[in-house]
Amino acid sequence: MSDDIENDEYDDEEIDLNALPDDELVEQIQNDLYDGLKEEVVEGTEILLQRKWKPAKILSEALVGGMTIVGIDFRDGILFVPEVLLSANAMKGGMEILKPLLSASDSVSAGKMVIGTVKGDIHDIGKNLVKMMMEGAGFEVIDLGINQSVDDYFAALEEHKPDILGMSALLTTTMPYMKVVIDEMVAKGIRDDYIVLVGGAPLNEEFGEAVGADGYCRDAASTVDIAKQHLALRKAG
Amino acid sequence: MNQPLPPINIIACGALAKELMALKSINHWQNLSISCLPAKYHNTPALIPAAVEKKILQIKANNDAQILVAYGDCGTAGVLDKVLQKYDIERLPGAHCYQFFVGQNAFDNLQEEEIGTFYLTDFLVKQFDSYVWKNLGLDRHPELLNLYFGNYKRLVYLAQTTNDSLTDLAKSCAARMGLKFERIFTGYGDMANSLERFKQNKIPFLSLAS
Ligand code: B12
Repeated sequence: MSDDIENDEYDDEEIDLNALPDDELVEQIQNDLYDGLKEEVVEGTEILLQRKWKPAKILSEALVGGMTIVGIDFRDGILFVPEVLLSANAMKGGMEILKPLLSASDSVSAGKMVIGTVKGDIHDIGKNLVKMMMEGAGFEVIDLGINQSVDDYFAALEEHKPDILGMSALLTTTMPYMKVVIDEMVAKGIRDDYIVLVGGAPLNEEFGEAVGADGYCRDAASTVDIAKQHLALRKAG
Repeated sequence: MNQPLPPINIIACGALAKELMALKSINHWQNLSISCLPAKYHNTPALIPAAVEKKILQIKANNDAQILVAYGDCGTAGVLDKVLQKYDIERLPGAHCYQFFVGQNAFDNLQEEEIGTFYLTDFLVKQFDSYVWKNLGLDRHPELLNLYFGNYKRLVYLAQTTNDSLTDLAKSCAARMGLKFERIFTGYGDMANSLERFKQNKIPFLSLAS
């Protein structure tokens, strides 16, 4: 208990989220999300809902907005993995409330993505973040999890018929497996049915090209942009 | 040994410092001069190639003896190798230290057997609190444990030495993480083999030249 009292002394003054006007509340949710404060993010999300904000608007302005800042600061070396994970967890809290409401409202899906970490690899923090940001941008995402073989990916493509296939790898020993999957797609004549996006810390643009992906994405926010660009190109062409 | 061996510079990851010192002393490799970079680069592999290159240049400014780099690829995805090619310098084989301690095939088998395996070495057992727990923020946020290790089932301690107290410590790490425990004695594995090969291949060359 004494710990709590000490913490309270350190903490900023307790902010009454209910008392904040909308724009300040959105900013506060973004700050809380940055600080990884799940309960506060959940509370802020609920208040905006009570104020009749549309779920999609809360998602994009408060949650995705906040997470975009986290992404930038992670890329720039200001935030590290634990902070990103805490923020992601806080965002998840907010999304859990919004998700059922989003699917209930008949908003059109921005597109469908199947995503998974490749065979031999069980790193999933980055993948989970991509999933969340894509969902935040209105995509339907089917997450296959970790350690996915060619057969696993193919079964999911068959079952879900997504627009996009996303593959993640964090080990230099597992990244070549992306080429195995893509080559098999070519062999089966289905490569061009999908937009293939790849990512993970050890990858780069050059690697993405070499394995025959449509795009390499350095982080979750750019994945959203690149996915949208490719979908727009497809629709136009 | 009748004549002093020419010096060899080793640029090493800090996580291998103790092991290299041990090999140096066991084998009487008095000619090894070891300089280490901080082990914490592990978490930011993108910084490794430049840090190694800086060290290479520092060493080259002082002497022109052979250099060996005691790093694996370590997540640099070939960028470290590009730097080393520039200077015609070798590194330890393999992707990371777990692989070169236990050997590539054995590592692949362990992964095949249970993909959800987290590996510890002597260094990581000793430094578990700072390099694993604290670095991952688990000291401040124990609630993150499942987000990091939710897919993990077992902890394999790849032991470089036989030391009961380290084994006990490794066991307690596994217990803290809720993972089942296994210990495999690896010794210095491919690290020792590589150093030996390096010595044999390079030294005659140097001796001829000098
Ligand atoms: C955190 C971490 C872990 C955590 C993973 C927890 C989890 N649930 O994922 C833990 C501690 C469990 C772990 C375990 C291991 N790890 Co690790 N790990 C890391 C670390 C430090 C950060 C990775 C990370 O999560 N980054 C944060 C996220 C947000 O970033 P990201 O993954 O890059 O994702 C972003 C982008 O890349 C992109 N992106 C990612 N995926 C995708 C997918 C698509 C489709 C798209 C479009 C974009 C995209 O968007 C993301 C969000 O912005 C890296 C070092 C590094 N900096 O890369 C080592 C690292 C990857 N690990 C490594 C190793 C060796 C291991 C272990 C073998 C170590 C061990 N002691 O056992 C084990 C794996 C065991 C096994 N059975 O395979 C090495 C790999 C070396 C190599 N040669 O490849 C690294 C490079 C560290 C090192 N230098 O040694 N690790």
